[in-house]
Amino acid sequence: MYVAVKGGEAAIANAHALLADRRRGDRSVPALRLDQIVEQLALGVDRVMSEGSLYDRELAALAIVQARGDMIEAIFLVRAYRTTLPRFGYTKAIDTGAMLVERRVSATYKDLPGGQLLGPTFDYTHRLLDPELAAGGDVTEPLQRASEAEAMPRVSAILAREGLIEPDGDMPGDHVPGDITREPLEFPMARDIRLQALSRGDEGFLLALGYSTQRGYARNHPFVGEVRIGEVELELDVPELPFAVPLSSVRVTECQMVNQFKGSAKAPPQFTRGYGLVFGQSERKAMAMALCDRALRATEFGEDVVAAAQDEEFVISHSDNVQATGFVEHLKLPHYVDFQAELDLVRRMRAEHDARENADMLEEKKEAAE
Amino acid sequence: MRGQEAREQAERKAVMATLAQSSGADIVRLWNEAGLPSEAELLRGPETGLVTVRGRIGGGGAPFNVGEATVTRATVRLASGQVGHCYALGRDREKARLAAIADALWQDPARRGEVETRLVAPLRAAQDEAREKRRAETAATKVDFFTMVRGED
Repeated sequence: MYVAVKGGEAAIANAHALLADRRRGDRSVPALRLDQIVEQLALGVDRVMSEGSLYDRELAALAIVQARGDMIEAIFLVRAYRTTLPRFGYTKAIDTGAMLVERRVSATYKDLPGGQLLGPTFDYTHRLLDPELAAGGDVTEPLQRASEAEAMPRVSAILAREGLIEPDGDMPGDHVPGDITREPLEFPMARDIRLQALSRGDEGFLLALGYSTQRGYARNHPFVGEVRIGEVELELDVPELPFAVPLSSVRVTECQMVNQFKGSAKAPPQFTRGYGLVFGQSERKAMAMALCDRALRATEFGEDVVAAAQDEEFVISHSDNVQATGFVEHLKLPHYVDFQAELDLVRRMRAEHDARENADMLEEKKEAAE
Repeated sequence: MRGQEAREQAERKAVMATLAQSSGADIVRLWNEAGLPSEAELLRGPETGLVTVRGRIGGGGAPFNVGEATVTRATVRLASGQVGHCYALGRDREKARLAAIADALWQDPARRGEVETRLVAPLRAAQDEAREKRRAETAATKVDFFTMVRGED
């Protein structure tokens, strides 16, 4: 017999009040302001924007506070907020070649137009904790160097001149970019849809898969052709204006991964490419995305699909941390009835098992006696 | 005529770009200093929604969807008949409303000069300065390679 029960309303309300208290913490410590988070935890804000798939710094900062710094919870909050807003349209595709560059490095060319610009990087730091930061001392203004505004073509364009690298990825002329926020995932999927899923995918998951390709699971000999970080302008076509309306700019990170390719029945020896593009400043994510993009193109190049990182359905179905956390974390919600049914079943199976064993034992005794 | 129309559209777009890039606080401050009229009939909004940002595969290939961004838009009509629009990233409704009024005022030949000099020019100058500062700070982190000569010859 199944008897429906309800309860826990008071417990839930009190738990949420307790959460609010613990979130605020010691009242003698000043409360965080959103602008402090936006300015001083900027890369955390960027991660929430990237995986929450919503570019809005203040909202991401609010989500981080509300989630007590739990990034996946914050990403969940941002995703939920997105669904409450109407959509005005699709922007014109951004031009990363026209980026106001804040960092740009290439591991394949030492001298390239525009040069190697380190920007605000953790690279070459000694990873020693800095007690001065804890003391909250003043920070000096960064140096400036007068320079002519120099064109900074993408590195892929330089290699393309020799014809030794595949071109930027094209789709058939009548192809409309797919949108996973509008249509359910279907496999196999086109590269544009994969890239959308990867761009909002979990950084840790993509990092681990990218790492696995380097360790030999779908090895594809990657080089960072280029990583660039900076602001790009957004424009939107709207019916009420005769020109694309400028919306202001967003910061993105782009990675051009260049991969040696020995050729196959389908393509001659050349460099192939993986592409990463994410909101905010996150070259780890952009690089991992580019490694995964290249690995997922295995069939396109006639490569054997032997590793997890090449398995499109595996990678794309498990890259979304909001879906993943929803399914894993739902396990802690009440499953009393499910479990009761399982318990009955296991009891019955155990009783049948024991009965069978007893019967077998009796049989053996009988045979021994004869 | 065609050429002049295209030029005027380019100028109007540049004004909209400057306003969209500016903070609401800066627009309000200059607006009050200039004493521009801040009343207009609201035809739409201000309302916040999303745009889906598109990138290109490999940087220059086929477009794909990267993610969404918040955008606030407004459309206003002045008593003199001009209709102005604003679309700008973020959720600042007052900024969108004022920027739409600025767009409408700019279309009024009698008002254009005032909008350009009192509002747009100072905003543009501040943005240019900030951009140049950013560029110069980045340029200071440029790697200068030098060659170490080794061996006899």
